[in-house]
Order: sequence, then structure tokens, then C-alpha cells
Amino acid sequence: MNNQDRNIISPFGDDKDFSGCSIFGMMNTEGKRFSSKDPVRAITNMHERGNGLGGGFAVYGIYPDFKDYHAFHIMYLSKDAKEKTDRILASRFDIIYDEEMQTRPANVRDPPLVWRYFVQPKKRRPEGQTVEDYVIEAIMRINTETGKAFVFSSGKNMGVFKGVGYPEDVAEFFCLEDYEGYLWTCHGRFPTNTPGWWGGAHPFNILDWTVVHNGELSSYGINRRYLEMFGYKCTMQTDTEVLAYTVDLLMRRQHFPIELVAQILAAPLWSEIDKMEPKQAQLLSALRQTYGSLLMNGPFSIIVAHHGEMIGLTDRIKLRPLVAGSNGDFLYLSSEESAMRLVSPNLDKFWCPRGGEPVVGRLKTSSPKTAEVLAGGESQ
Amino acid sequence: MLEQKKAIEIDAKYLPRLKKESNVLKIDAEGLYYRDLNCLLRQAICTGVERIEIHNVCGQRYLGTDLDTNIQIDVYGTPGNDLAAFMNGPKLVIHGNAQDACGNTMNEGQIIINGHAGDITGHSMRGGKIFVRDFVGYRVGIHMKQYQRKIPQIIIGQTAGDFLAEYMAGGIILILGLNLKEGEKCKARFVGTGMHGGVIYERGNILETENGTKIMEVGKRDTQMIESLVKEYCSHFGADPKEILGAKFKKILPVSKRPYEKLYSH
Repeated sequence: MNNQDRNIISPFGDDKDFSGCSIFGMMNTEGKRFSSKDPVRAITNMHERGNGLGGGFAVYGIYPDFKDYHAFHIMYLSKDAKEKTDRILASRFDIIYDEEMQTRPANVRDPPLVWRYFVQPKKRRPEGQTVEDYVIEAIMRINTETGKAFVFSSGKNMGVFKGVGYPEDVAEFFCLEDYEGYLWTCHGRFPTNTPGWWGGAHPFNILDWTVVHNGELSSYGINRRYLEMFGYKCTMQTDTEVLAYTVDLLMRRQHFPIELVAQILAAPLWSEIDKMEPKQAQLLSALRQTYGSLLMNGPFSIIVAHHGEMIGLTDRIKLRPLVAGSNGDFLYLSSEESAMRLVSPNLDKFWCPRGGEPVVGRLKTSSPKTAEVLAGGESQ
Repeated sequence: MLEQKKAIEIDAKYLPRLKKESNVLKIDAEGLYYRDLNCLLRQAICTGVERIEIHNVCGQRYLGTDLDTNIQIDVYGTPGNDLAAFMNGPKLVIHGNAQDACGNTMNEGQIIINGHAGDITGHSMRGGKIFVRDFVGYRVGIHMKQYQRKIPQIIIGQTAGDFLAEYMAGGIILILGLNLKEGEKCKARFVGTGMHGGVIYERGNILETENGTKIMEVGKRDTQMIESLVKEYCSHFGADPKEILGAKFKKILPVSKRPYEKLYSH
């Protein structure tokens, strides 16, 4: 470790680091867009929780002028990978516009080439395959076949920005002050048992679903094997990836409401199910039996987001922190109360969600229709 | 000599943040890194001030850590995790809420929180008192311990989260449930899991406890202890002790000093 790296970890020059990840989410429930200023300030306030090996942001409502197209953010670890990827993209999509993403020198480690594409799936697609599944299939091909290219953002009118550095440095690198969104989720990383690399930073994304996560999923292996049956391939070398695919599978493909998804991810203990009323016990037993492989075991607190919704959840015995607050049209979720108070000193409401009980923020005008409009609607 | 002189002088870089009024030192902590703030506190205490006020605190960790005098420190804002970790004497008055792990392995002194406190409040506490006006989070009092006359005490005005007194080995937790309606219970599950020492006093019958604990009537000594703690709580937060003491108190004790004796026997 050189001296500069040491300074990244601690300005006091010692290299003892501790603590866990930080997560922060901020949503305007009227759908009004706001700048990166407050989310970045808040996540920076929890600097101590990370160690500079990962930071990232997911922003919704970011590309209103291109809202009908999938916005792909792709990182290239080699030049070859870009050529291969461009061929895959051209064969499956009409590329409306593409450019190198705007970046500036910042305190981040070995930044890869990052490219943005606005794409539309080709009209001729395999019969019986939904547009979304078609897009996911293409993403999985890029992530696995080229070896050095990773699609880290693939939704419509939303974008993920992430890398190796503290979140404030990643924000600086991607010039986040130029973007506005109505929902921001943020992450500062403290990798415990997986490498700190650009693809491994949070948020994890598939279509417009993103997850930021504090904790570790000891059930990763079993979750991953289950998800592979549905065509999801885990390539990011870290546990959180399975969460993004799980919510996509359960909520988008199988249409579960979040209340039930919470009961699958953070299922109640059998001892608690035994004490429930027969009908409820039957439901929850069925869920545990059917989706046992999607139980997220181990300590976690997460913020899941997609267009129109922001969801906070912890494991059932709350081994990682999560607090919630609201002020007017703003809903906040955070690892620490102080980060929330920094951007909103006078909260109308503050609460500590119980373990396994989701906090759900929805756009006030939320109907599937609104969410669809925000997400750019069904592509042709 | 040089070392000693260094210890009682406040570093010049902190001076713009300080204001001294009579014998009260005011610190503006806005944007100050937590290690700087704790350095400053150690230095300030050596200058012989009577009281310290820290303003604009927002998430700085370990405030008051390892300080070992009886000074009063008023904290305005939201202090960060591990507030008063390893603290050994001061009285910290928090004008706001405390986050997770406040009073971690604290040895002596008091924390008075005019608001709520987060998870694992009083984690491994060995002495001193924590008064929380409102509610507390999960696992409060986890692995508290006592030795001879050093008996740590946590007083909770409202309710607690799950795993209250988990693996508790000593000390006192008093939970008042002041926000609960008649007959309403605290929602905490798994209270006293693995508890093998110490005592929880509850006001009314508000806790559902785990196997391995027993609920008992309070005795004369218990009542004296409860009375003095409730009076202290009221003096900090301006409540009426008569009203609070009017209810019936119970105590929760561990059944065994070695709850896992059989689990790990061979």
C-alpha cells in the first residue's frame, strides 16, 4: 500500500479500518427532480462506514429526453471488450445514441472506460419472449461472453454510477452535479469477503431495479443456483447481485407485492409461524417452502428501488441498521440518523423500522400507469 | 516537560471553533472530523473548564471516549455511533437523539439523552448510567456486566426493540413504557435471550420474556432502587415521579447463571 492509498483510508495515516457499509435513499414522492447535492452530502457524512473500496448512486428520472429507450451504462476493462460488446448490441438493439460518459479526474482507483448507450430492442424478437427478458438475455451475454465488459445500468430514464473510491469521489468522477432525479439511492462500501472492484460496487442493477446493501448474504450460493434456473448469471463476484435479480424475478416477472417479497427475503422464523393464525401460518409456510432458496440468510439492510418506489428492509432480527424519516414530500432511508438530519434537520416523522418489516415509499400519484410513463412506457 | 505542555494547550487549528464564556467552553463541531473533535475534547478538559458545549454535532463518532473526569458535556445535534465508548466519568447531556452503540463498554459517568437511542445501547457496559427519555432500538443492554459495586444502569422512558438484555450478565435495566396505553405491551420479542445475570425492572406487565427467565414480584430493596432511578429520570426530563411510581413494577431475572450449560456439555 503506498502513502496515497493510506491517506484514502485515514487522514491520520493509520491503516486500521473497521465498520460496515453505508446506505442512503432519498425520494420525492411528488416526482419532483432534485440535484445530487443532498444525497452526496448525506452519504459523505457516513464516510467512516466505508473504506474507499466502493461507492455508487442510482438515480431515477435522470434522462427525460430519452425516457423511451433503455439507457445502458457499460464499463470496459479492455478495448477488445468494447468491439465485441458493440457487435452484440448492434445485433439485438437499434442504438439511438451513444457516447463516452462524462468523467473527470477524481480520487478513484484505476477507472475503466465507461460508455453510455440509449438503445431500443429490435422489433424482430423470438416469439413469446417479453421485451424485458430479451434485454436481460442480451445483458447476460455481454457480462459473460466478453469477459471484460459489464453492463452496470440498464433501465429506462434511470442510471447507476459506481466505482472504486469513497462515494463522494465517485460522485466527483461521474460529475453527478450535472444530473437530477426524483429518487436517489447511495452506497459507501466496506467489502468484507469479496474483491473491491468497479463491477462489485453498489448499486446493483437489472432493468430499472437497483439494490444497495449493507451486510452479507451467507445464502449467496443457494440463491445464485436458484436464480440461474431463471437465466440470471452472477458475474459481479459479490453477494448483493443476487438481491437485484431476486427482486426482478419476484416483483417484475412473478408480480408479487413488496409485502410478500419481504416475507420471502426476510421470512419469519418457524417458531413465529407456529404462533400465527392458521390462515396466515399456511400462507407463510407455503412461501417458505416454495421460495426457501430465495431466503436471504445473514445480516442485511437494503434499499431496493425501481421507478415510482423505494423500499427499505432489514433482516428479520435486524443485524444491520436502518432508520427512516420523512419531511413534506421527501422520504429518507439511512444507515444513520445523522445523515438524514444533515439534509433535513426538521423531520416531520422519524422511525426505526422493525426487523423484516419493509418501509415503502411510493409516488403519490402512483398507479402502474404513472410508473410506466416515468419509465418511458412499453417499447415497441 | 515538552510533552506535558503540549497536553494542556489547545491546538491552534481548533481555535476558530472555540468560544469561552465565563467557564464554559463552546465548540462549533460543524464538519469537524470525529478524531479531531475527540482530540480537542481531551485537550479542552486539561485546560480546566467547568463545562463544555458542543454545537452542530452531526454523526461524529466516539464522542467523550476514554475521558476520565467528572466534567459535564452538553451535546447539541445528533452524535454518531459509539457515543461515550469506554467513557470513564463525564456527564454527557445529549440535546437530541443518540445513534447505535451508545455507552459501548462505558465504565463510569452518565449519558442523558433527551430523545431516543439506537440499537445496542449500553453494549457491554460495565458501570455508569444511561437515561433515555424516549424509546431505544434492538439489543439494548447486550452483555452488560457488573462487578462488586460497579453496577451499570439503563433507564428507558418508553419502549425497547427485540432482544432487550440479550446475554445480559449483570447490571440493571429499568423500562417504563410511558407511551403505552393501559394493558398495551411493548412489542419487543426475545427479551432476555441468553440472560444469565443482572435484572430487568418493568413498569406494569409490558414485556414478553424468553424461556430461561422468570418474572417475580419486587422486594423492598428493588423498590428503593426503582424509586431512586425514577426520581432521577424525572429530574432530567421533567416528569412526575408520583405518577410513574403509582404503577406496579415487576422484575425479570435469569433462571440460571449458565443457560447454555447443557448445550455445550459433552
